[in-house]
Amino acid sequence: MRQGGFRQSMAWLHTWSGLIVGWLLFAIFLTGTVSFYRAEISRWMQPELAQMTPSDDAATVALSRLRAIAPDARRWLVDLPDDRDPVAHLYVWRDAGRTPAFQREALDTATGEPVVARATYGGDFLFYFHFDLNMPSVWGRLIVGAAAIIMLVAIVSGVITHRRIFRDFFTFRPGKASHRSWLDAHNLLAVTALPFHLMITYTGLITLMFLYMPWGRDIAYQGDRQAFLAEASLATTIPPAANVSAPLAPIGPVLAETARRWDGAAPGRIDVYRPGDANALIELTSSDAAQIAFHRRKIVFDGTTGEVIRTTDSTRWATETQGVLYGLHIGRFADPFVRFLYVLSSLAGTAMIATGLVLWVVKRHPKRDERAKPGIGQRLVENLNVGAIVGLPIAIAAFFWANRLLAIEVDRRADLEAGCFFLAWLLAIAHPMLRPTGRAWTEQLTVAALMYGMLPVLNAATTGGHLGATLRRGDWVLAGFDLAVLAIGLALAWTAWHVGRRRHAPRRHLASSRR
Amino acid sequence: MKRGASRTDTLSRVAAAAVGGYALSATAAVGLALVLPVPRADAVLTGTMLSFIVYVCAVLWVFSAASATRAWTGLVLSAALLWAGLLAFGYRTP
Repeated sequence: MRQGGFRQSMAWLHTWSGLIVGWLLFAIFLTGTVSFYRAEISRWMQPELAQMTPSDDAATVALSRLRAIAPDARRWLVDLPDDRDPVAHLYVWRDAGRTPAFQREALDTATGEPVVARATYGGDFLFYFHFDLNMPSVWGRLIVGAAAIIMLVAIVSGVITHRRIFRDFFTFRPGKASHRSWLDAHNLLAVTALPFHLMITYTGLITLMFLYMPWGRDIAYQGDRQAFLAEASLATTIPPAANVSAPLAPIGPVLAETARRWDGAAPGRIDVYRPGDANALIELTSSDAAQIAFHRRKIVFDGTTGEVIRTTDSTRWATETQGVLYGLHIGRFADPFVRFLYVLSSLAGTAMIATGLVLWVVKRHPKRDERAKPGIGQRLVENLNVGAIVGLPIAIAAFFWANRLLAIEVDRRADLEAGCFFLAWLLAIAHPMLRPTGRAWTEQLTVAALMYGMLPVLNAATTGGHLGATLRRGDWVLAGFDLAVLAIGLALAWTAWHVGRRRHAPRRHLASSRR
Repeated sequence: MKRGASRTDTLSRVAAAAVGGYALSATAAVGLALVLPVPRADAVLTGTMLSFIVYVCAVLWVFSAASATRAWTGLVLSAALLWAGLLAFGYRTP
């Protein structure tokens, strides 16, 4: 090896790969973490749904609704209500020439009527931002993919750099020189959840792998993607229309047969291909919660006779592997406890990125001469740190506030909510450039603490679902949201107070114990 | 990489990591899709899933090599080796 050595080149790689995508990764990790509670956030953002109880016969209600609104469809899809989401989600696709080509509706299966609730993207907004960055076409997804590869490089080079991985596991030196304690925090967060960080980053790439790496498929199949999907049992091929109308088989016996084959487990999704046509197919898919793999069990029935045509109980090993990796990423199989562990590990990842970014600045602080001014690059990094690490939480809070404060009937309401998110974020990025850095941290932390801490109050003032009511009736989704934002608000307030106190006792911690 | 490496050296390495690393991992994805002795769909899935690991290893190699030229040489040699193996062991005609 040459001068400097392998470990040093890995340290260089870790520092710079981490820095160039650090803020983006922070945003991807935080919105991804929040997305583990996507269904719960959506429910909080549509308080009109608070008391909804789905019908026992949701499938029949959903299919008759589809028959009424879309008899001419190529495909119907029903996501049935479950423990986390009391609404049935209907989707309709039509052949070219028929409009609308795509249609969706949220259905209250108790009444058979569409859900009447405020317009919002709900938890979906943060979920899509996580891999799409709200950008048109596939640009956001490509950027997120590149960031994920760089994240993997940063993780592996970080592990190589960090030679005393087990000893440092037990090292935390909070009172020591500040770059030491930041380094310890960074290492602790990285090492405790290292398998999770590796898993979540790699499996994230797997979710969109054919967007990033289509070459194997496109060359082996000479561009015939449908052939690949069918051969890998990844998709059901939509049959051609016979153009002979035939009534759809009743869903009751189909559900009964499915329950018999799946030991009583209920399906989570129903697809109907070519409804009302003699070639119709009904496909039942097991629920997300039934297995880790994202590719769920399926049974395909003849749409007119109700006979079983095929099942995918014996999935191919490669498809199953990909499905498990995909499923591990989105964590929909997780029960509330495992979901909470997911969120904790994911928060550790988010905090690892944040401490890494702070560490970059702290390490380069003018050491001996405290009056020396930091360079322009360092100022920029420090400002962006504030705008990302506190600014993004502020933007998310602004999104929640907008959901409660915007008039219900205002035009393009859902887009306005999203607009408030971006506006708040832009302000939070601009603000540190106009303020001394230390003060920018405390000011934004204080604003964030207030925005989260006051959310339950705002919720109580604008809806009937205040904590007293939701806790009494045991509505853990709504009560849990209020309690969680309250806890986040308190944590932010503590951090603001702590940072403010340090600012008033400047540099003591730097000067006293530097080695 | 070492501290104070020349700007051209660093830029060349960044290009090698981004473009060369991607090309090598794409080559691996295609090669495995064509050569693995399992059904075609399984070979495609396996090759594609492994290609990201190839990418990460390629980037680590690029930044640990003694010089940018070495880094490029390593990438080109590995790709050539992959194709040679493909030709030597025979592959599935698409």
